[in-house]
Amino acid sequence: MGSEIRRDAEDLIKIHGTPPREVYLDSENSGLIFPEALKAMVDCYVAYGYGHPSITHKVGWESYEVLVKSSEVISKALGCSSDEILYLHSGTEANNLAVLGFAKAHVGSSRRKILVSSIEHLSVIHAAESLVKYGFDVVKIPVDVEGFVDLDALSSLIDSNTLMVSVGMVNHEIGVIQDLRGIIEVVKDRDENIVFHTDAVDALGRVKFNLKDLGVDLASFSSHKVFGPKGAACLYVSDGLNLEPILYGQLSTQRLWPGLENVPAICGFAKAVEVMMDRFDEFNSKMRGLRDMLIDGILSSVDHSILNGPRGGRRVSDNVNISFIYCEGEALTVELSLRGVYVSSGSACTSRILQPSHVLIAIGRRFEEAHGSILMKVTPMHSSDDINYVLENIPKAVGRVRSISPFKVG
Amino acid sequence: MSNRIPLIYSPKVLELFRNPKNLGAIPDADIHGTAGSLACGDMIAIYIKLSSDGKNIEKATFESYGCAANIAAASIMTEMIKGKSLEEAWNIDWKTITEELGGLPSVKYHCGVLAVGALRRAIRKYFEGRGDKPSWLPEDLTHEEKHAIEEEKLMEQLSKRVQSLK
Ligand SMILES: Cc1ncc(COP(=O)(O)O)c(C=O)c1O
Repeated sequence: MGSEIRRDAEDLIKIHGTPPREVYLDSENSGLIFPEALKAMVDCYVAYGYGHPSITHKVGWESYEVLVKSSEVISKALGCSSDEILYLHSGTEANNLAVLGFAKAHVGSSRRKILVSSIEHLSVIHAAESLVKYGFDVVKIPVDVEGFVDLDALSSLIDSNTLMVSVGMVNHEIGVIQDLRGIIEVVKDRDENIVFHTDAVDALGRVKFNLKDLGVDLASFSSHKVFGPKGAACLYVSDGLNLEPILYGQLSTQRLWPGLENVPAICGFAKAVEVMMDRFDEFNSKMRGLRDMLIDGILSSVDHSILNGPRGGRRVSDNVNISFIYCEGEALTVELSLRGVYVSSGSACTSRILQPSHVLIAIGRRFEEAHGSILMKVTPMHSSDDINYVLENIPKAVGRVRSISPFKVG
Repeated sequence: MSNRIPLIYSPKVLELFRNPKNLGAIPDADIHGTAGSLACGDMIAIYIKLSSDGKNIEKATFESYGCAANIAAASIMTEMIKGKSLEEAWNIDWKTITEELGGLPSVKYHCGVLAVGALRRAIRKYFEGRGDKPSWLPEDLTHEEKHAIEEEKLMEQLSKRVQSLK
């Protein structure tokens, strides 16, 4: 029945209208690209890098060279060797390959337990859970009220059956920066053969790290999260680690991911990483300032609002996640949109009941708190004028949505 | 079947979200009922004022804690039942509401169901209070009323299970 509905986005956009000012705070989901990255990508499309890197002619070799150069830039930022970088097309694909590809290479092993933190991105959790029917056990590692992995619980969950552990470096919803060094120490102290994966999609360009130094075995990254183009991502696979492919085909420079590499997007990805790393301190101190301006401004102007995740240096520089009690999140995103403020909501109407964010539930938020959450990400492209505009509109928008509700704030 | 998931909101839903009709409580309502809860993430309250002879709906209003489709569903339903008899209002089902809104994707069906659930609950409660149940009012709970109860129960259980895990 749902498929019979025809509707045009054009009509919706017309009715919505263009607000006097627009501030896009939804780079969590998708967003703008650095002009430098766009230029690098366009050059690839039209001049140098448009061929297939596996083919034996000059244009193919040019593309091959672009891939290698891109890997050099990216590996330098990650702290690994350029041969350890595998390109895919999204962070979702990277997480799936890390979990499924590693498990698949170990189906015959007596190790059947996969530990993932309870706040992982669903591309980790769902990938892991898909293995249950093949005899793997998936166990969630609990986190505290700010989202930090409980190290004692982690230690007690590890046993001789444990195959791999996956904990994200920075959580996409609540911005918690995990003590990855401490976590890996717990894991490897118990058993150095356990493989450790980290989803570092939201950490790149915002947290300083070195993969080799940390002792990570697998790590996922995504281009659009560093203001590169969509359609490029990479998985760090430490040298010698055995993974099985999960896709099959031909013609790729990479054993684990068949098919044509998106060379122009990869080139743009590398450029975005370069810009992000070159201006790391400037960008992050700017984002931290805007982030705190937004958090402090909202908490002081809206009653019954709570910050989700930690504050200060333990929170990633760009993340703001606030719950407004008695204010339904999805309605709030629409109301804010009408005012030109574009954000996303933690709740998704995915079934007959509203599914509260698993991350917010894992940190102990009540359902009504989880339903009223919105997620905003500041970027180096935002200005304090943008944030002031948002701060002007959030109390009005929350007020309007609350005024429609039968629950009265008191 | 189309491979594309349709946009969640129709222009009609957006319009009604921006300018809802019949919003707000009626303090001295003759008929009042709710469906859903804070934990569910959606709740609709319906208020009805009857004409002086008690036969027709003179005024119907709503309040909604829910998404834009929820608000739009409640708004359009109150518009549709204005001036109708309680029997006519009873007979509006969720599919009609959905159609009036320009169609809802399946993930939003429950918004229409919840609006009708709140209305039917309110009407049933009204007649139970008076003790003169009309013949058109079915003994058994209708799909929409059951849905409201199920949704509330489901969330209560889920919420309890989550609390007990802590
Ligand atoms: C932590 C995290 N992991 C994985 C992903 C998925 O990445 P992509 O959008 O490239 O599939 C995201 C993206 O939102 C993310 O934030």
